[in-house]
Order: sequence, then C-alpha cells, then structure tokens
Amino acid sequence: MMRLQQLLEDSAAAYPGKTAVVDPERSVSATYAQFQGLAESVRERLAAAGVIAGDRVGICMPKSIGSLAGVFGALRADAAYVPVDSTAPPARNAFIFTDCAVRAIVVAEHLAEGLHAELGQDRYVNTGALPFLAEYGIPMVLLAATSEGTPGFEGVDTSNLAYILYTSGSTGKPKGVMHTHASGLAFIDWCTEAFAPTPDDCFSSHAPFHFDLSILDIYVCIKHGGKLVLLGETLGKQPSKLASVIASESITIWYSTPSILRLLVEYGQEEPHDHSALRIVFFAGEVFPVKHLRAVMAMWPKPRYYNLYGPTETNVCTYYEVPADFPAERTEPFPIGKDCSDDVGMVVGPDAQEVPRGEEGELFVKGGSVMRGYWNLPERNAEAFHVDADGGRWYKTGDVVKIDAQGDYEYLGRRDRMVKRRGYRVELGEIEAALYTHESVTEAAVVATPDPESGVLIRAFLNWTGDKPPSLIAMKQFCSKKLPLYMIPDKFIPVSTLPKTSTAKVDYQKLLELE
Amino acid sequence: MSESTQDIQATVKEYLLEAFLPGEDPDSLAEDTPLISGGILDSISTVKLVTFLEEKYGVEFQAHEISSDNLETLADIANTIQTKRAAKG
Repeated sequence: MMRLQQLLEDSAAAYPGKTAVVDPERSVSATYAQFQGLAESVRERLAAAGVIAGDRVGICMPKSIGSLAGVFGALRADAAYVPVDSTAPPARNAFIFTDCAVRAIVVAEHLAEGLHAELGQDRYVNTGALPFLAEYGIPMVLLAATSEGTPGFEGVDTSNLAYILYTSGSTGKPKGVMHTHASGLAFIDWCTEAFAPTPDDCFSSHAPFHFDLSILDIYVCIKHGGKLVLLGETLGKQPSKLASVIASESITIWYSTPSILRLLVEYGQEEPHDHSALRIVFFAGEVFPVKHLRAVMAMWPKPRYYNLYGPTETNVCTYYEVPADFPAERTEPFPIGKDCSDDVGMVVGPDAQEVPRGEEGELFVKGGSVMRGYWNLPERNAEAFHVDADGGRWYKTGDVVKIDAQGDYEYLGRRDRMVKRRGYRVELGEIEAALYTHESVTEAAVVATPDPESGVLIRAFLNWTGDKPPSLIAMKQFCSKKLPLYMIPDKFIPVSTLPKTSTAKVDYQKLLELE
Repeated sequence: MSESTQDIQATVKEYLLEAFLPGEDPDSLAEDTPLISGGILDSISTVKLVTFLEEKYGVEFQAHEISSDNLETLADIANTIQTKRAAKG
C-alpha cells in the first residue's frame, strides 16, 4: 500500500540535488537528498523514544524546515503526525496531545517548557535537542512519553493513520479528524490528474500544517519533485513581503484562503513585482466575495483559478474552475463545483433521502478522501456519518447546497448558520454576500443571537473604507434593495477589523461575544 | 391645543430614532426618508409604531390602514395623524 512518506522517498531518488523546501524567512533551504536525510534523522530519534507503527507524534513548532522534517520523520516511523498551532495557548495544545496520547512531541525549544508543564512532568520527559535541525533556524527538542503518557484506546483503529488534524468543535473542545494514508492520497492523486504538476512547479505553503489546506501544498509538491516555499506565521500575514517572495521564488502554484488573497490585492501591490510565473491559484476555506475575487484576477490575469471545497473531514471533495471572464455585474459567489478526489456527493433532505435534482439540501459525501472518523469520539462519529441501506458511509458536511443547471454544487450556507426569523429561513451568508456588494464595505460578517423580543437579533459587523461608517439608515436602505425585509440586520456595527481564527477565517465565536 | 404637523413629525422622529435606530445621527432621518420600503420598519416595528401613534394621539388605525400608503415617511405619518384627528372632529 502506498504511503505518504514514499512520495518523498521517490522524489529524493529522482531529484536528489533539486531544492525541496525553502524557508525565506530564515534564508535556508534543503535539497531532496538533504531533506530526506533530516526526516530520517528525526525518525531515528523517534524510534529511540519508543515510537512504533500506529503511534501518534505531536508537532508544535513555527512552520520551518524543522517542523516539516518532523512531519516526514513521524510518517517514516509509520506514526500519524498531529500538528498544532504553536501560537495557541499551551493548555490547548496539551489537551490535544493528551487526547490522542502522542508518544513523542517534536517541539520548538522555546515552547518546550510551557508545553511540558501543561502536559505533566510525570507523563513526558525531555529527551534533548535535535541538533541536526539547528542550522535550519529553530532549535528543537523531543519530548517522549513515559508509560503514564500513553494509555491504550479501545475501539480506535490506529492502523494506517497518517495525520490527525484537530478542528474546533462546537462543544468548545477540539476534535481530532483522522486521515489515513489512503484518504490523503485519494486527494493528492486527484490533484496529479487534475492539475498535472511538474518538477518545475514551485508551491506556496501558506496554510499552517494544522490546517487541511497544507495537505495539497506539502504532498502534491513533494510527490512531483517541486519546490515548497514555506510562508510561516509571521511572513504569511505580511502582504508586501509575500508579494516579494512570490516574485523572488517564482511561485507557480498559490493556495490560500480568500482573506490572504484580498490582503495581497490591498497591500501587496505597493511595489512592482514580477508574478508572471504563477499558473494556478487555489482558494478554499470560505466563500470568496466576487468583488474581491475579481480584484485578485485583475491583479493576476494569467493564472487559472480554482475554488476547492471540503471540510477537513473530507480533504477536498469538490472543485470549480472560475471562468476567466464573467459579467461585471455578477455578485453571487461562484459554485463549489463537482465531485473530486474519488468522492461522491448526495444532496439530501431532513429525512436523509436524496432531494430532486436542483432542490436544496445538505451535502453528504462518501468516498476516497473522507476521514476515518474523529479520534476516540464514538458518539460524534455515529452522528457525523449516515449509513445507507447498502452500508455506504456518508459524511454529513452540515453545508447546504443545490445543484445548478451546469451540474455544479452551489454553496448556500452552513446548516447551523441558517436561522428562522418570523417564520422565514434566513441564511446569514446571504446577508453577508449582499453587504459585500456595498461599495464602501470591505469586510462583512453577520451573526444571529436569540432575542427575547424579536426572536432573533441579526447583527452585521462591517469594516468599511472612508472616514465615517455608512449610517444605519443608509445601510438599511441599501439592504432593502438587496434583501427581503425580514433579512435586514437589526444592527450594523462598524469594526476596524473582523476577528480571525488562526486559519484566517472569520471567527464567529468571537463576534458572538462582542456586544 | 392641537399640535402642528411639524410637531408631530418631530415627536415621531424622536420615537423612531430611539426605538429602531439607536445611535443614528438624527440628521440622517429626513421627512421623506422611506421607512418601510427603506428597510427601517419591518412588520413588527410597524405595528409598534402604530401602537405608539394610537396611544400618543388618541387615534385608531384599521388593519388595512397599516401600510406604506400611510406610513412610508415622516411626512406621511404626520399627514395621516392630522387627517384622522380632523375626521374625529
């Protein structure tokens, strides 16, 4: 059976002297042969710490050649890697590592003490530095579990797990999405067919490794002998520097959330840069308001643009190529497209029965790239999947879609972002889309909260251009031209910036907490 | 002493700003600002406005009168109140 680490093995054999990975922030790089050597050195240390097949290995590091070596070291040890946000509170990361009982943790030296304290001194021991990685910029150490740290898990199938990505759960506790080598490769191999990458391609690695967008960056690049350009936590948020790196590294394939692309349009064009090497731009993770997408396409007219869709639980399960030309008056977002990655989608009604084509319903997905399940959450797993009469296992995405005349899925919104107001169904995303058509609105996010008087209070948070936010009356009048009256927000709240999650998506939880 | 159309407009304007447009600059609400088609009054807030008008001015609205014909702008509202009070004698 094919495994992710084999992709590196094969490329290291085919292109040993070719650059595999570049870290522009620290001005270091590694060839395929060098990088494979680093991954092997990490594997040796993991083996010495007792890591065996089926174990989990935590990665808690700023993005760097060292953290990527940690990823491949874990894979070479036949363990699943568990990447976390190194900027998150140590208690949260300790929760994750304890939840899936990682056998060892590759951790930046400066973060080790805080994390170790949260994990418990009796459960993990510091086995010391990984000196071979020191020259790549960030000193790293390895924490290894004691017998206290690794309880067994009955009922969790740990065979062939490749990575576990923790996503925030609605309950407030992160839950671990388990992907196998097979579910990762179903997506990666589809990318090969669909986009025909070559060893000349240079991939951006913008998403942090704990975000599922990183799967494309890392593995499609390595599989094809491309060059991976690491854009870390700091650099990743500096549009003018990103613009300069895209030019200096001749990036050909860019992948990020729409938010980052918007930043590049707004703040990345102050100096002229040659971005003519770009041939593909992927975006995913949130709806791309058309006016901002249009601005990106004006900045970069040459590349092909793809909207990739898929909850972390499915890798990427649908895709859509944005047409090069579309009417100037178009404001509705583009579809999420058609099934991919060896997956099949089905649009279902509340009874889990397929709805007639063209009608809206929740998108269920089954097939190659769908996760095995959540780590050690049997009840959540039972809720997350629908098992049909033939034993087919469908992941319930929670996203409401319909199939349009071209056979593309049109994304209508989150099932849980739909509220009923005065008996009407209101999709908060639709209100946001309308707000985005306002000329001075640059960012919009809408939340609904229960209200004793009106039932549901709808609040719109707006970031605008100009000195003064548009007046409440002006905004209501604007909305009344775009939306039915029952969808017009009760309040418009100007904000200088919308709160974002660590993966650069709008943080609705934070907005709900704002008064 | 009967209030002028101007006075009625001022009173209703104050009510609308306080009840439905908290924090809004009073100058943004003019006598011809569309209230219903402009998204400021929805069905619930229209009913609230009518209740306010009935209590404040001692007039009654029939169900069919609660519409944008009578309530679309501050000017319309003041005229409607004046007409109703004149009819009552």
